[in-house]
Amino acid sequence: MDTNGVAGLGLLGDPTRRAIFELLARRPCTVGELAQELPITRSAVSQHLRVLKDGGLVVSTADGTRRIYRLNPDGVTALRAYLDRVWAEALTAFGKAAQAAPLDPDQEDV
Amino acid sequence: MSSTPGIPPLTGTVTVDVPVDQAFRVFTDAFGSWWPAEYHIGQADMATAILEPRQGGRWYEQGTDGSECDWGQVLSWEPPHRLVVTWQINGHWQYDPDPAHASEIEVRFTADGPDQTTVELEHRLLERLVDGQALRDGITGGGGWPSLLELFAKTATNQA
Repeated sequence: MDTNGVAGLGLLGDPTRRAIFELLARRPCTVGELAQELPITRSAVSQHLRVLKDGGLVVSTADGTRRIYRLNPDGVTALRAYLDRVWAEALTAFGKAAQAAPLDPDQEDV
Repeated sequence: MSSTPGIPPLTGTVTVDVPVDQAFRVFTDAFGSWWPAEYHIGQADMATAILEPRQGGRWYEQGTDGSECDWGQVLSWEPPHRLVVTWQINGHWQYDPDPAHASEIEVRFTADGPDQTTVELEHRLLERLVDGQALRDGITGGGGWPSLLELFAKTATNQA
């Protein structure tokens, strides 16, 4: 189930690109706004954004003379896929914890 | 209002070799002991997560710096057989306080025998999470990258 992830993982393996991705997850931003939040130049931000766009993780739209960057908004399936993974891991962890818990109900506060 | 077509609910099942009341107790009272710590939304690392044992109770994480971030609240508290909570963490990894944007998680605990319990989980109304996202405004998705957030989660986890 990881086979589709190689390209995207590579893109987000770079700490700066990951930081940009996380900022865009909070809200859409311009290059200038991103540069203010990060210790890199606008030109460097633009280069990273180009890579993220080419990889399909980010899209941009024109707003007058500004260009607004945001995460690829096809987030419905993305969110579901993410939560599916969360629950699979969580239920496995719960199963282990339940089996390991003491059998005596009076032990719960110990 | 629901501008997004329904998203199929997520379901999961696990069978544990413990009595039903114990399964319920571990799931709820001991929630913070088994929830994978990398899945949290606070700025600080997660110290624990707490599910308050009553209808209307909070479901929240506590950071290592003492900060708290809500995840949702308890809608139904029916020990030891049923639990319904809201999940109000949207695609921006933020808590959305608007009840109209709350997805729901129902967990059912069924005794298969005196020492075996099946736990069934359903996470539904996922479309409500997306309705709350300004992210979607003005853009129609092209059907591209279904595992975007999954990738992001993996990366974040690997880098932790």
